[in-house]
Amino acid sequence: MIPALRAFAARVTGQAISTFARFMTAPRAIWQGIEPVPHQRVYFANHSSNGDFVLLWTALPAPLRRQTRPVAALDYWLTSPIRAFIGREVFNAVLIDRRPEARTEDPVAQMAAALDQGSSLILFPEGQRNSSDAPLLPFKSGLYHLAKTRPGVDLVPVWIANLNRVMPKGEIIPVPLICTLTFGSPLHLTPDESKDAFLARATQALLALKPQALS
Amino acid sequence: MTSPHLLWLLSGVGTILIVASIIGEILRLRLSPAGENPVIENLTARINAWWVMVICLALAFIAGKPGVVLLFALCSFAALREFLTLTTHNRADHWSLVACFFLILPLQYWFLATDWYGMYSIFIPVYAFLLLPVVSALRGSTKDFLIRVSETQWALMICVYCASHVPALLYLQIPGFEGRNVILIAYLIFVVQLSDVMQYVWGKLVGRTKVAPNLSPSKTWEGLIGGALTASAVGTALWWMTPFSPLQAAGMCLLITLMGFFGGLVMSAIKRDRGIKDWGHLIAGHGGFLDRLDSVIFAAPIFFHVTRWVWSTT
Repeated sequence: MIPALRAFAARVTGQAISTFARFMTAPRAIWQGIEPVPHQRVYFANHSSNGDFVLLWTALPAPLRRQTRPVAALDYWLTSPIRAFIGREVFNAVLIDRRPEARTEDPVAQMAAALDQGSSLILFPEGQRNSSDAPLLPFKSGLYHLAKTRPGVDLVPVWIANLNRVMPKGEIIPVPLICTLTFGSPLHLTPDESKDAFLARATQALLALKPQALS
Repeated sequence: MTSPHLLWLLSGVGTILIVASIIGEILRLRLSPAGENPVIENLTARINAWWVMVICLALAFIAGKPGVVLLFALCSFAALREFLTLTTHNRADHWSLVACFFLILPLQYWFLATDWYGMYSIFIPVYAFLLLPVVSALRGSTKDFLIRVSETQWALMICVYCASHVPALLYLQIPGFEGRNVILIAYLIFVVQLSDVMQYVWGKLVGRTKVAPNLSPSKTWEGLIGGALTASAVGTALWWMTPFSPLQAAGMCLLITLMGFFGGLVMSAIKRDRGIKDWGHLIAGHGGFLDRLDSVIFAAPIFFHVTRWVWSTT
């Protein structure tokens, strides 16, 4: 009874958060490099706001959304019961620990396990929110290690535009501006590509999706 | 709220849409059975969107004053979002932008719903104009200050102030026309939108001379004259449902179709400057709310004030 109730509450909460995100930002998905078909993918996006993964998740068509799990920081999402409920049960996040000294599980192994179960993933390779003036922070190596462990999976760059203006860091009330999400062509690790070369290529692929008119 | 004249107008529009849908469907079966012709697909999407817009408007009319005010408040919200997405602002403007959406817009429509003419006719040009820059100034950023505050004010004037003059027509008091004000709204929207459609049709058929080649390749003198005259002729023929005489109706129609044309022109200039084709994506086939409303937004305040000066007792 109780688990069923929690699952129901999680579904309703997810729908409510998604509806709210739609109302606030009228997100527009531009499928530039791929089609919105239920194919296993790792979506990797720029990270400028806490709403990023909610918006990406909302922009996916419902059948894709159900099989897509965000990768999120355990050290953020397990700090309060509400966050834990939203992180674990509403979004079914793959919670990884960003602190190497504290973690008991390898993040790449956790992500690979989620892929092996058939899920798609939402990943922010910058590893933290970008509030600098640079369009992107240097990527962490997780994306490379994931591409190496599961070379067959499509790595899809997604540029999320304008969300940092909707909800700048430190503000409480969002401004309901339109956000666009541009989905690029999938990337794969080529044989003998070095870590740095691959991460540079992934960074370029993501930056190339940044719209010119909006910042 | 419903009157026989409104039913006449709505069934007329319904008939036009049925005919358009049948023609669209025939064209689709002939030219684009598998959805391969983008022009036909866009036409189908446009006609379908017209159905949705007309049904929303009809439902609002049935719901009466609160329905119409609410519908236009929501349209203002969507339009303001499209506009402010493209304007210059930085982090220092966060609170002014929040105020535009969640304070100024609701207040404008609240003043309207309570029929406080003295307030809603000056609220944005006076109070918002003077107080909003203060909010941005207090945050300390001076970079592009005048550009930022001007563009925000412009967004409010177009998307909230001017747009709110459509439902404001409900509050005019015209002797002999009591209880039928909703006709004024239906008439304004019908004539202006018909002019838009007919400008497009005439432009496609005989359009040669561009009005503003740098601005919009689709706006031609032939289209403008043909569209404005066709819509004005239809509008004049409908004079019996308005407070106007046939001659007055013709004058009003020419006025609002011309203003509608100017609206399209000015809003195209802004789009061109910002390097975009459409304001938004929410109305399939048409683009954004502003793409569909630009002409009505420019025509509404003039139509409202001329009607008020000449015919209304308030």
